[in-house]
Amino acid sequence: MVCSVNIYNMASINEIKALTAKEQLDLKNKLLVRKILWMLLGSLLFAFALVPLYDVLCSLTGLNGKTNNSTAVLSKAKVDNTRWLNVQFTTNVMPGLGWNFYPKQTSIRLHPGQIETVIFIAKNTTNEVVVGRAVPSVTPGIAAANLKKIECFCFVNQSLKPGEEKEMPLRFFVSPELPKDVSDMTLSYAFFPSVDGAK
Amino acid sequence: MSTTTTAHHEEHAEHPTGIMRWLTTTNHKDIGTMYLTFALIMFFVGGAMILAIRAELFQPGLQLLNPEFFNQLIGVHALIMIFAALMPAATGFANWMIPLQIGAPDMALPRLNNWGFWLLPPSAILLTLPFTLAMFGIGDGALATGWTFYPPLSIQGGIGVDFAIFAVHLLGISSVLGSINIIVTLFNMRAPGMTLMKMSLFCWGWLITAFLLVATIPVLAGAVTMLLTDRHFGTHFFDAAGGGDPVMFQHLFWFFGHPEVYILLLPVWGFIPQILETFSRKPMYGYKAQVYSFWAIGALSVVVWAHHFFTSGMPVPALLYFMYSTMAISLPLAVMFFCWIKTMWKGSMSFETPMLFTVGWIILFGIGGLTGLVLADVAADAQYHNSYFVVAHFHYTLFAGGIMGIMAGTYFWLPKMTGHMYNEKLGKLHFWLTAISFNLTFIPQFFLGLAGMPRRIPDYALQFAEFNMISSIAAFVLGLSQLIFVYNIVSCVKGGKKATDRVWEGAHGLEWTLPSPPPYHSFSEQPTVK
Repeated sequence: MVCSVNIYNMASINEIKALTAKEQLDLKNKLLVRKILWMLLGSLLFAFALVPLYDVLCSLTGLNGKTNNSTAVLSKAKVDNTRWLNVQFTTNVMPGLGWNFYPKQTSIRLHPGQIETVIFIAKNTTNEVVVGRAVPSVTPGIAAANLKKIECFCFVNQSLKPGEEKEMPLRFFVSPELPKDVSDMTLSYAFFPSVDGAK
Repeated sequence: MSTTTTAHHEEHAEHPTGIMRWLTTTNHKDIGTMYLTFALIMFFVGGAMILAIRAELFQPGLQLLNPEFFNQLIGVHALIMIFAALMPAATGFANWMIPLQIGAPDMALPRLNNWGFWLLPPSAILLTLPFTLAMFGIGDGALATGWTFYPPLSIQGGIGVDFAIFAVHLLGISSVLGSINIIVTLFNMRAPGMTLMKMSLFCWGWLITAFLLVATIPVLAGAVTMLLTDRHFGTHFFDAAGGGDPVMFQHLFWFFGHPEVYILLLPVWGFIPQILETFSRKPMYGYKAQVYSFWAIGALSVVVWAHHFFTSGMPVPALLYFMYSTMAISLPLAVMFFCWIKTMWKGSMSFETPMLFTVGWIILFGIGGLTGLVLADVAADAQYHNSYFVVAHFHYTLFAGGIMGIMAGTYFWLPKMTGHMYNEKLGKLHFWLTAISFNLTFIPQFFLGLAGMPRRIPDYALQFAEFNMISSIAAFVLGLSQLIFVYNIVSCVKGGKKATDRVWEGAHGLEWTLPSPPPYHSFSEQPTVK
């Protein structure tokens, strides 16, 4: 099988012509295998690149209710007194963390732009020092970016001594840019055992 | 490289016999035979597992299996059927038929081919070994998460998960090696005059399958590797406490998992038109339309993955995008259905076993496709996801659409491969038993799903008892009738009426120009296609 030579930029045309048909085929096969191996490497890299890409996508779109986990700048926007909003709080303690954890009030009614403080109570029911970490999530996801936290216990690890009970404050507001059709939102906290191993 | 191939040709003058022939073979037909045999054995291993499950589900309550073992059987059944039965069967046919259909002496990379096959038995052992280990008190059995490996369950699971992860790595390497070989063979080894647009549809189906495998298997390998490092090396890819996200695993898994469906089906879509034109005795209708449909489905398959987890939480625009793009796949598929029907239209049809399987396949695969449209609807999916409706749907696509298609191909090419005709009466009996018991197994499961029975649960509420009983009895008939298939194949290999070169009156294609069975080296003289 005589093949077109111009793809073999690695060898001169005369060298290629000197090869037998069998050798030419082997060379052609080898080059194609090399191309496919590059494709394989590309898709493997793509798989790992998806990890940071997924995070970027989630914070851009509020996918999975991911909220900004850092102090928000106080909004200069005025409080929108024409709108009422209902924010509900729900909590979970994940397996492996021997705590009680619940909000003092289960919901709050407020205007967009209005700054509020909600107290969460955590109690260590074990006889050891336990470090936990709260992970927030907002439903509907489309409103996640509009929930701005000024102060939150979820920014850092929380440590509780044996039997200690602690009040954990959350100061937040909902930015007035909240989509018009959202009137209720739920803020959920899942408390995990800290994975950093800090005690 | 040229020296090794010369040496390899000298070997063949007196190739080893007995077990060494099979261990060291680089012959495409030998390797194809090994793939097909392996697939058939694993089909029965996976089948035995699901029969144990159906026996447990025969009545409500827990009778035979404990729930942990039930969960393990479900996940391993799926992994075996997908990776160790369906995919090797398709690769086996690729090895046998691609060189014959394109007029090549062998596959392009024979040694790679041998390696690709011999990775399969160790991975099958890795998958099932934890069952045996558990009997000796080591570990707590096989993977119990279902075949999808979802965290956090798979991060908490026992050593069975690690075994399954390594098995998936090996199976992935094996399929990627097979794919490289097929792409290179199809691009470089075609006989003079055999242009891409003259290739059989089976070759086309495999070409696209091979590209899909190259694009998606590394993503699965990456995802399960992340799972492994999460389990043992302190990373937090899928652990929310460490800043990871379990839902990301679902995205990674199904980025592979959805194209996988078409990886399993595309080679079969290649069988169907060839069998139809043979037994309708007229040329296939819409060859080009089918090739373009293959491409369209291949391209769409990598952008629709999230319809597998609509209920995991997604913004509404994303839900809508995945719903519409999923439904769009039915358009090229509808083109193919019309081509298949038009090929039969006004043909001089006869119904030998391959044709029976193919016509039955079209109807059953059609049901699988249409129920898939129901599940693609976001609003309906909220009700039906994780129910038996899903189970019935994907068995219509993968058992009817996959395995029955492979069976059609087996009966179609068996006389060519062995040189003997199979027993036509037994073949027909096998078809009717399979088709009827398959429907009796899975139609009740549609109703169970609509009534709200969840999948992957060993016990169920009393009102589901009758349908489960029917389904279980039919599943046993379905399983046992496959013994006819094995008997028919074995007796066909051993002897029988001599098959002619062309075998079937209406057969087209280069493979039918060779004697039955084809000589050890196919096409010692290169054919030219006009």
